Amino acid sequence: MKETQTIETSKIHTAKTERICGSEAIIKCLIAEGVDILYGYPGGAIMPVYDELYKYRGEIHHVLTRHEQGATHAAQGFARISGRVGVAMATSGPGATNLITGIADAQIDSTPLVCITGQVPSHLLGTDAFQETDIIGISTPVTKWNHQVTKASEIPEVLAKAFYIAKSGRPGPVLIDITKDAQFGELDFKYEKCTGVRSYIPTPTTNLESVKAAADLINEAKKPMIVWGQGVILGKAEEELKTVIEKAGIPAAWTIMGASAIPTSHPLNIGMVGMHGNYAPNRLTNECDVLIAIGMRFDDRVTGSLDTYAKQAKVIHFEIDPSEVNKNVHADVAVLGNSKDSLAELLPLLKENSHKVWLQEFKDLYAIEFEKVIKDDLHPTKEGLTMGEVLKEINIQSEGNAAIVSDVGQHQMIACRYSEFNKTKSNITSGGLGTMGFALPAAIGAKMAEPGREVVAIIGDGGFQMNIQELGTIFQQKVPVKIVVLNNEFLGMVRQWQQLFFDKRYASTEMTNPDFVTIAKGYHIEAKRVTKREELADAIKEMIASKESYFLEVCVEKEGNVFPMIPSGASVSDIRLS
Amino acid sequence: MNEEIKTLTISIYTENNIGLLNRISAIFQRRHINIESLTTSQSEIEGVNRFVVVVNITETQAKKIVGQFQKQIEVIRVYYHTDEETIYQESGMFKIKSDLLFNEPQIQNIIKESNARIVTVNKEFFVLEKSGRRNEIESLRRDLNTYGIMQFVRSGRIAVTKEEMKITEMLLAFNNQ
Repeated sequence: MKETQTIETSKIHTAKTERICGSEAIIKCLIAEGVDILYGYPGGAIMPVYDELYKYRGEIHHVLTRHEQGATHAAQGFARISGRVGVAMATSGPGATNLITGIADAQIDSTPLVCITGQVPSHLLGTDAFQETDIIGISTPVTKWNHQVTKASEIPEVLAKAFYIAKSGRPGPVLIDITKDAQFGELDFKYEKCTGVRSYIPTPTTNLESVKAAADLINEAKKPMIVWGQGVILGKAEEELKTVIEKAGIPAAWTIMGASAIPTSHPLNIGMVGMHGNYAPNRLTNECDVLIAIGMRFDDRVTGSLDTYAKQAKVIHFEIDPSEVNKNVHADVAVLGNSKDSLAELLPLLKENSHKVWLQEFKDLYAIEFEKVIKDDLHPTKEGLTMGEVLKEINIQSEGNAAIVSDVGQHQMIACRYSEFNKTKSNITSGGLGTMGFALPAAIGAKMAEPGREVVAIIGDGGFQMNIQELGTIFQQKVPVKIVVLNNEFLGMVRQWQQLFFDKRYASTEMTNPDFVTIAKGYHIEAKRVTKREELADAIKEMIASKESYFLEVCVEKEGNVFPMIPSGASVSDIRLS
Repeated sequence: MNEEIKTLTISIYTENNIGLLNRISAIFQRRHINIESLTTSQSEIEGVNRFVVVVNITETQAKKIVGQFQKQIEVIRVYYHTDEETIYQESGMFKIKSDLLFNEPQIQNIIKESNARIVTVNKEFFVLEKSGRRNEIESLRRDLNTYGIMQFVRSGRIAVTKEEMKITEMLLAFNNQ
């Protein structure tokens, strides 16, 4: 097959050219795409590019992470908080394979990334050369697009296409593998941004009839409920969603990827759906008459058993990716397109309403959840510290303005449940893939993308040790992130399942941990440990007030559980409070 | 809930790029769907390839998997069709000892009746080619097996659809955007 085909398939414009080498072309492409920070790790097959990075260090800042996985997660954090494309770079072989977890995470969470990997020279491809690996083959199932470049002349157009594909439509990761000879080779450089790719329709056109059908269903509904996802954030449709909710008076819940799109304090924000979501929206999913899903994909952690999920309701699905429609839940009305546009079209068709009685049902169930779960989480009377009270204190001290970057496990669910968000793009977490080790590097990327924002990483003692080496990046780059490790000396979520479903057989979930404070101090990061409730507020106050990076270990209740909980495979209406 | 499993022909029109076969087969593999046959070739449009994949799945599965193919960047358009909606064929080749042609007069009748074509004959062997439905090729194979087959190979299904595909219009529309 012909490999130059991609060159011919995107639209080409002409511009002035200059004769440069492939590696310099790569840097110039990045600069042309507005990249000023990238994350990576050098090595043999990418050295020519690093040499150019050195020359262009005034224009583009390369952040040396301590592991390539850290580079992809940092690029993800960068992308998630800013909406820009995150860039990660690595050498061939192990450098490239170490990127994969972050790429897979970005794929399932629709995060725009461009990953550039070096590759052995083209004449060595397929010879099992030193540090050769088939990264195109390996990355294919976890990338939105990938491509191997073997000629310098291909670089500008392939990179332009990479950025276009990564950020357009439903975003995702793109990997470009560039052989070393293509980096050394010369080309007549010109850069034109890609504006379209034949065979790729990023955003399907919204059918006005479907919007009308949706409006009719909503206007007739007695018990409508919205569940929004990250599509609202990716589509920059927060304002449109808010006006829709307010005009039609519809209680609205969110998936963890959608968190923060509407402020927590909004009276129609009825909380989180899913396995550890709020009681009311989960229970009432099976009582609403019209379920309006906006930019979400009915993940199994959201729906529980599909056989019993919202069977009584008419389902309206606003979605940019046609393959998500009817994938898990049948949509009675599917509104394709960008949520910003389709919600704007929906708004004038909606009748003003306030579903007061219906909204009260959510409030009544919230009161039950508060009594049985939330009260003890946020205002505990027992001796052990709870994860919830730590989050509550962070809310108070940051005034709800912090971006919360959480890892994976119990603390993540607690962070998503109890964080108060005033601003969108404030909940950065590994939702789909559930990647432990995500938060520390992602927090670095988030803080570097938005230095003006408070960025607090919430991490368990397990996940912290999965990318703990990135403390080195924080130290070297002087990234003022705040790191909170909620230490229960267990892989808490697995332990919780073992307690509930495996008769308390705690197989390999107990952690004998090092002295985290000493480790942080070893990286010259100010650090403190809190073991008692009376120390907590002051410690968090001190952490938030710090102008530099700060590490806070909070020793929490060892066997605390996260509730409510929908047991795996159960119905949303079978959500347990204890 | 027990939906019928059907033999479906999936037609995937794509750009002609390295790696697409991998991307397409990975989508089947991830869903634990066995590929009964797969062929790829140039389509009626210059520079556009067509994969013809035969799988045994339900139509619900087919609809979902078509969506997954469709969202791949270099996939232009995807369809699935039942056997009734397509005209399809396979091709089989048989290498047989030349002696048999002369020593076993029945073989000549078999060739004639099956409408198989002799591709080449030399002193050692001759090669037969038979295009048609799977059962026709299989029936020929069984008949010849009695006498001994040196080599046998059968292609994957190739199929054209009864309905129009409109790929050309689709590409023109893009170019005029």
